[in-house]
Amino acid sequence: MVNYHERLGRTFSALVDPTRRAILARLEREESASVSALAQPFMIKLPAVMKHLDVLDDAGLITRTKVGRTVTVQLRPEPIREAMDWLRRYERFWSMSLDRLAAYAEGKEAEVRKKRR
Amino acid sequence: MTSLTLVRRIKARPSIVFDALTTPEGIACWWGPDGGPVLVAETDPQVGGRFRVRFRMLDGSEHESSGEYLEVVKPERLSMSWRWTGGVEDPGESLVEIRLRAIVEGTELTFTHSRLRDEETRRSHEQGWNGALNKLERHFLQANEAAGQT
Repeated sequence: MVNYHERLGRTFSALVDPTRRAILARLEREESASVSALAQPFMIKLPAVMKHLDVLDDAGLITRTKVGRTVTVQLRPEPIREAMDWLRRYERFWSMSLDRLAAYAEGKEAEVRKKRR
Repeated sequence: MTSLTLVRRIKARPSIVFDALTTPEGIACWWGPDGGPVLVAETDPQVGGRFRVRFRMLDGSEHESSGEYLEVVKPERLSMSWRWTGGVEDPGESLVEIRLRAIVEGTELTFTHSRLRDEETRRSHEQGWNGALNKLERHFLQANEAAGQT
């Protein structure tokens, strides 16, 4: 199993390239697309697109399904979510912590009031 | 992201919230991003005093942060330097500032974590990842909702 930081590294490396981001953005808009349809808007040859798709596949960002001679590509967004969580880790850390802090302090307050009664 | 501000309204008086923020017993009950345990909580809440907190996340990973109290005005203000220690990640020193204001219901807590010099985050802004990530995350959330409906 690939570890967490390795996975994050692959996700971010995959996202560095603008062509790959454009492919992902398109897959986000459309449910799925064939490899030739994905290649169409770019000024690059099909093999180059295939290479980009390999990188995205290795990062777990897409899945490819072959039906007959057509390869269909679909977005797999789970690694994106993991990357977002990582980028927002401070927010997540403190948000969760402060929620528990509030619950703890409210419990203490209730105890103090009970004693005084 | 170079700073983060969160506000919470808490049904407890400021002195109780302040103690929850500064005592090891208090910290042990809330510190950390998930329900994992706090393993070490040391505090010395006076200007120049230090804190150190180590916790384990539910995935088994352990993380530690420590710093120095820069301002301690019970029960109103608390600020401290903050740094991940004893781990692989060290984005440098940052600043945590907490303000407690008495309100009718109890306390309004304003929490700010600033000077977050986060190399990856900065790069992600420069390279435009964030926009793409946000969009894709929305898609993911929608996909989740759709899955929940079936």
